[in-house]
Amino acid sequence: MERNQLRRQVALTRQSLFDQGFLDEQFIQLEELQDDANPNFVEEVVSLHYRDSARLISNIEKALEKNPLDFNKLDGYMHQFKGSSSSIGAKKVKAECTLFREYCKAGNGEG
Amino acid sequence: MENGFSSPRNDSFPAGLRVLVVDDDPTWLKILEKMLKRCSYEVTTCGLARDALNLLRERKGGYDIVISDVFMPDMDGFKLLEHVGLEMDLPVIMMSVDGETSRVMKGVQHGACDYLLKPIRMKELRNIWQHVFRKKIHEVRDIEILEGIESFQMTRNGSDQYEDGHFLCGEDLTLIKKRKDIESKHDEKDNGDNTSAKKARVVWSVELHQKFVKAVNQIGFDTTSLSCFYRAMTSNVCLAEVGPKKILDLMNVPRLTRENVASHLQKYRLYLSRLQKGNDFNNPVGMIKQSDSPLSDSAGSFGSQNSINLQPTDVSNGCYGFSVSSLVLHNVDPRSHDGDRKILVTTPVAEPKRGLTVDAPNPRKPRISQMEFGHPLAPHFNDGFSHLPMPGQKQLTRADYPQPARAISSAPSLTEREIGCPVKIKPSRNDYGSNASHVNSTANAVDSIPLQTKTNSTNHHVSSTSSMENQGLNMNCLTDVESSRKNINLGMPPFAPLDEDLQVRFVPGDYYMNLGLQNIEVPEYFDPSLLTDVPIHLNDGLRFDYEFYDPTEYSLIDQSLFI
Repeated sequence: MERNQLRRQVALTRQSLFDQGFLDEQFIQLEELQDDANPNFVEEVVSLHYRDSARLISNIEKALEKNPLDFNKLDGYMHQFKGSSSSIGAKKVKAECTLFREYCKAGNGEG
Repeated sequence: MENGFSSPRNDSFPAGLRVLVVDDDPTWLKILEKMLKRCSYEVTTCGLARDALNLLRERKGGYDIVISDVFMPDMDGFKLLEHVGLEMDLPVIMMSVDGETSRVMKGVQHGACDYLLKPIRMKELRNIWQHVFRKKIHEVRDIEILEGIESFQMTRNGSDQYEDGHFLCGEDLTLIKKRKDIESKHDEKDNGDNTSAKKARVVWSVELHQKFVKAVNQIGFDTTSLSCFYRAMTSNVCLAEVGPKKILDLMNVPRLTRENVASHLQKYRLYLSRLQKGNDFNNPVGMIKQSDSPLSDSAGSFGSQNSINLQPTDVSNGCYGFSVSSLVLHNVDPRSHDGDRKILVTTPVAEPKRGLTVDAPNPRKPRISQMEFGHPLAPHFNDGFSHLPMPGQKQLTRADYPQPARAISSAPSLTEREIGCPVKIKPSRNDYGSNASHVNSTANAVDSIPLQTKTNSTNHHVSSTSSMENQGLNMNCLTDVESSRKNINLGMPPFAPLDEDLQVRFVPGDYYMNLGLQNIEVPEYFDPSLLTDVPIHLNDGLRFDYEFYDPTEYSLIDQSLFI
């Protein structure tokens, strides 16, 4: 019973993530990669990603604190982050990254 | 089987493909690894480009394809791409989040087989085997050339394998050897292992060429079918008519492949057509002196053309129809030289634009060339440029001397055929023996003669050099010759000192000098601009020749021609 409920919850959450545009088809790809041999594949990937992203984010934060802003470096970080998030299908994050990069290119510190 | 089996090569292509993935992002590494495993590939992941290179170097032949990210901290993806391409010649696929055209273009320029956009999907990865396969095919072709049909057949075998899915390892496959045209990777690899050189070039030596010509004549190839040629030339279709296969059989040369024969045949045809045109020309191109005396000798024989006697005056004339001389040379060579005589057309490199119009020799050459082909086109060459010595002439006769001899700027009427050119193409005949040496020697000799291949005449396109190379260029030669004629200062512009530069390495394997047209100015082939002058077909010819080009010898030519 509970399992079913949980399952439903998970499904709903998942669906909402998609709806809200947090996730995209890449996530589905990952899900497809999951199989019996590797039942927790998606989980593994995502956690791996989180770890990596955390590191990246802290780097970005540091770069942001510097003054003047080193846009090139930031751009590099963003590129990395974008790549990472696209790996799991984090659509929104990716979009934000793109936006961030635009700002970087424009030298817009406020953005 | 052959070495390939030692490594766990794909037995059932494309399964078992050994992929090396390089990416700084661990998340991606994991994902790609999983995906590739899904495709039944063997995966090795690497986080650093340096490590990847080491891995590749340690196990040469241990991987079939490399997938690499563009942006990496320690080394640029493109650089890695270049390294891999140079050292291991493996297909490399680039990937990145960034799909901008400029980036993709850069990737392609650096030699990437493909460029994928992240996020990568499974289906995209499924198809990467095509790149490996494609490379194999090309390798096999080269191998074939090297080893002939045998190796080729060997390779065939593997192809079925992958169709069937997982199959025994290549060994079994190769054993099976199905004669299929699909070269399986296995086979190729094996062959590749056997053949060190990926691209084996067939050098059309004089003897080989003579055999070829004989075979062709036997089949009934005749110039009357020039229309065929033209058609063929334009459409590249006709080759099949004469039957390279038949020629191949007749020639009975073990290492030769049908492809070799086919392309050689094509050149030959071009050459013949050029000759035809040349006959029409017959212009007494003063420039082109035909060193006919020596030629005459050779005229009788094939190669006798060596005697590209460039009239002394001619030599001086810039008109260095190297090509002509070279032509002559090679024509003559057949006789004189046995070995591959590459007509080293020593194009007076020194001279910028040597319009070497090898006048004199030309007449000869065409003749000679004809002789080679058995088509006595020649006699009239003497007068005019009589078509460039048949492309067929390819004789590797190095027209070493071409240049000097050619200096044919031959003011002296070509009609004389005999070109007094001092530059006598060095006994080309005799000299041919030592192609390279000859050339040099001739060149030196030439140098003595103020070959100034006139830059004046340089008008003549340097094409001569190129022409020489391209047997097929004969056509060009004709044109060149014409132009050169004009340019050729009949006043016998001294050949630009033929210095070593002259060595026009005609190398083009066969045709050297088919450029026959005397005017074929042996352009300093080093002069790219000159080359540009060369008609396109020359380029084609170059290409042809290139195949057969002997890199070692004709490095010069290479440079010049292929700019």
